[in-house]
Order: sequence, then C-alpha cells, then structure tokens
Amino acid sequence: MMLHMEGVHAHYGHIHALRGVDVTVQVGEIVTLIGANGAGKSTLMMSLFGKPGASSGRIVFDGEDITRVPSHLISRRGIAIVPEGRRIFPRMTVMENLLMGTAFADPANFNADIKRVYAMFPILEERAAQRAGTLSGGEQQMLAIGRALMSRPKLLLLDEPSLGLAPIYIKRIFQIIRELNTEHGMTVLLVEQNAHHALRVAHRGYVLQHGEIVLAGSGQELLASPEVRAAYLEGGH
Amino acid sequence: MAYALQQLINGLTLGAVYGLIAIGYTMVYGIIGMINFAHGDIFMVSAFIAVTAFTLLAAFDITSLPLAITAVLITAIFFTSAYGWAVERMAYRPLRGSTRLAPLISAIGMSIFLQNMVQLTQGARVKPIPPVLEGGIEIWQSGGFTVQISWTQIMIVLVTIVLMVAFTYLITQTAFGRQQRACEQDSTMTALLGINVDRTISATFMLGAALAAVAGVMVTVYYGVVDFFIGFVAGIKAFTAAVLGGIGSLPGAMLGGLIIGLIEAFWAAYLSPEYKDVATFAILILVLMFRPSGLLGRPEVEKV
Repeated sequence: MMLHMEGVHAHYGHIHALRGVDVTVQVGEIVTLIGANGAGKSTLMMSLFGKPGASSGRIVFDGEDITRVPSHLISRRGIAIVPEGRRIFPRMTVMENLLMGTAFADPANFNADIKRVYAMFPILEERAAQRAGTLSGGEQQMLAIGRALMSRPKLLLLDEPSLGLAPIYIKRIFQIIRELNTEHGMTVLLVEQNAHHALRVAHRGYVLQHGEIVLAGSGQELLASPEVRAAYLEGGH
Repeated sequence: MAYALQQLINGLTLGAVYGLIAIGYTMVYGIIGMINFAHGDIFMVSAFIAVTAFTLLAAFDITSLPLAITAVLITAIFFTSAYGWAVERMAYRPLRGSTRLAPLISAIGMSIFLQNMVQLTQGARVKPIPPVLEGGIEIWQSGGFTVQISWTQIMIVLVTIVLMVAFTYLITQTAFGRQQRACEQDSTMTALLGINVDRTISATFMLGAALAAVAGVMVTVYYGVVDFFIGFVAGIKAFTAAVLGGIGSLPGAMLGGLIIGLIEAFWAAYLSPEYKDVATFAILILVLMFRPSGLLGRPEVEKV
C-alpha cells in the first residue's frame, strides 16, 4: 500500500473541511477524487503536506506515518504535487522552474530526468529560457507537471490539471496521465471536477461531499452509478 | 567644474554605502513583504563592532593595513550576521502568519532595543577611532581647488562593486539564489518542493546584515566617528533608496542608493548642508506619491 489515510479530519480556518476521510492508494494505481467545488478535494491533497495539518486521524505513506512531518520534508519522501492553479514561479525561466523540482534530487540524475520531461513536453525545451509567466495556461500546466516529475516521485498528486484549459490541452493532459501510469509505472492521485475524464482514466475513485467520502468504487462502477451520473456527469459537465 | 567633480566623487562614495544597506531592506521586503525597521540599527551595531575591533587590533599593535581592514571586515560580518539572524528569530518568526502590523511594531521595538543596548554598553557619546587609512590621490587642480579621491573612497567604491557583482551572481545563478527568489514568489509552493522556507528567510536576513556590516565598517573608516544614533538616519536614507529604486528589486536598491548619495552630496554642496536630509525625505514623499513602484520595481498588482 502506497498511501493510506485513516479517519483524517482537517480544518481550514473555521471550516471543518475534512470529516474523517479514509482513502487508500495502491502502488501503480490511478485514483481519482471527484466532488463539487468546496467538497474538500484540494484540502485532502494539501493535508498530505500538512497544509492544513490533520487535526486527527493518521496518514501513512510507504509504510511510515507522515501525519506530523513538516511540509518541506514530505516531498523528500517521494510525494510531488501539481497544485491547484499550477503555482509555477512566473518570474523565473522555464528551466529555473524545472530546477526548483530538483532541490534534493541527485544531480547525477539531472540529464536523464530533464530529457524525459522534454520528451514528454517538447514545448518546454523550446521555451527553456523564457519567463514562465509568459507561457499559456496549458504550457504552464505542463511545466508544473514537469517540475513535479523532476523529483522522481513515487506518488504524483494532480489537483485539477484540466481546469481552465482549452479542450486540446485537456485531452493531452489526460493522455499524459495515462502514459505516466502505464509506461513509467507512476502512481497517481488525481483531483478533478471534470468527473467524466477523470473516471475514465482512473482505476478507482472516491466521491467527496462536504468533507466526507460518500461513494467509492472502480472508475467504471462510478461512471455507471446513478448518483454520480446525476450529480457530476449530466449536470454541469 | 572641479568642485562639481569633487561632489560627484563624494556622492558616489555615499551612494555605495546607502546601496549596500538598501539591499537588506529590499531583500527582506521581497521575501516576507515587510520593512525591517531594525535594519538601520544592524548597520549601527556593525559600526560599533568595527570600532571595537580596530581598537583591539591597535592594542595588539597590528599595523598592516590590509590585514587590519580584512580582519575587521570578517569580524563585523560574522557578528552582524548573527545579529540579523537573532532579530529575525526573536522579533519576526514568532509573528509569522499574524496581522501585517504586528511585525512592523516588533521591528520598531527591535530598533529601539538595539539603540538602547548600544547606548547602555558603549555610552551615548560620539566614539572616535584614530584615522585608519589616510591620504589619497589628487586628480585635478583648477582655480585653486584640488579634486581629491581619498584611499578610503577608492576602497569603499571597489569593495562595493566587488560585493554587488558577487551578490548578483549568488542570487541569479546559484541554487540558493533560486530558492530565495522562489520563496519571494510563492513560499507555500517552495515548501511543497522540499525547501525549508524558514531557513531561507533566516539566510536572507543574515545576507542583508552581512552587507550592512560591510557598510558599517566602511562608514567607520570614512568618518572616523560613530554613535548609537547613526543607524536611524542611515537606515531611513537607505530605505528611501530602496523605495526609489523599487522595493523588492536588487538592481533598484543599488541604483537608488547611488542616486540618493549623489543628490545628498550635491544638495549639501550647492544648496544647504543643514537641509540635506530634507532632500532625501522630499524624494521619498515624491516617489510614494507619483511612482510607488519605484524606478525599477514592478507594480504591486500582477497578472498571473
């Protein structure tokens, strides 16, 4: 088992954002969390980094309890995040942004890692010397994914990677998630509002509502489930 | 003409010192969005460390000038950085995440504390040191006026140039500099990437203090006297320089320092030496009114 969250509660200011969440991710899986805006999806992801920290419950990663580990030590254990809104460094070059992903990586791996990222996203190689803030939304998303991959994570967290992107980029991003999983064996935890795409790419999924898991199952099961269809597939998306 | 040239030389020297101090303001503002009002007093503490170190060296009869100045610089940088670290640790870190006003008040408290500490331990009187570096080069004579560059001025300008080059390299080309800039742009994301943000902030305070330390030693050698209040005036002028150049911008701090130094020198020479501080503060007001982002700064509102 790669990640196991057990009865996790978390507060965001005065809001009780997670109310006893149990989530499991196995090695080699793509697991998705779907739910409406404000259901606690991003909070769940950020709680792995202790931002906000779990007020009760336990988070176990790779056999070790990481519930109280300081934020900046989490990524060293092998978790990388592509956060909501991408959060690239706009006044740094594309190359500098990628280098930020290697803060504790072995410099000997750098050439191989950057080659892998450039092979996946050729546009980043073309724009290596350009300021990241001048990239388009889709390119910034690729940069954020590239930056996360530079640390050779065991678990990749993706928070709304398709948000605000043109349809052509959305397709490409989900294609890349699948490739990462099948060709590189990457374990992925994916948060999405775009439930249709997410459930199709994921092995398993959880539905989050008001900070609680209300439904869990395989991607196919959830896609077929009447509740999911009514709430997340036939409504807005 | 000769007189004006002399003022240019004096202004450049002064500007170099202001620029060194201004970098500390601008870097700390960049990383935690706060003006460190104790920074001027850090500079003052360094001047006193320099006086003590020069006196000790004289007592041990160390007369080799390059050796003495190097030893004093290293001592001042070491202890002043420690002060910078301690100020951050005691006055700012406990208030991280509180309201914007709280660290501002503790900064002013820290400033008052440092002034009083030095006043109590070193005395309130002006402290002189024997001349360290005398003489200079006469470069031009015209109409009974001799233009002179003193060795001290040459040293100040050279040391400043070397430091600025080294510093620019550190910030733009090294992993530490990259992490420092990353913290400025998005400290949460920087932490998620495995970087210890608290440690980066501490290092920023220490770097700013180290540059102020060099300024403190230079001023001590230049003027030959120090007192516990020099940090206030120099600090506020360097702050003006940082705002003029664009707070948060490193080249801006250097440029702003240079401009403030030149304006002060020319104002004192041609208009009125008594009111030279008025010139600086008038600039501060004008910049805040008409161009709050400074000469090289970026506007606060940014499209992301």
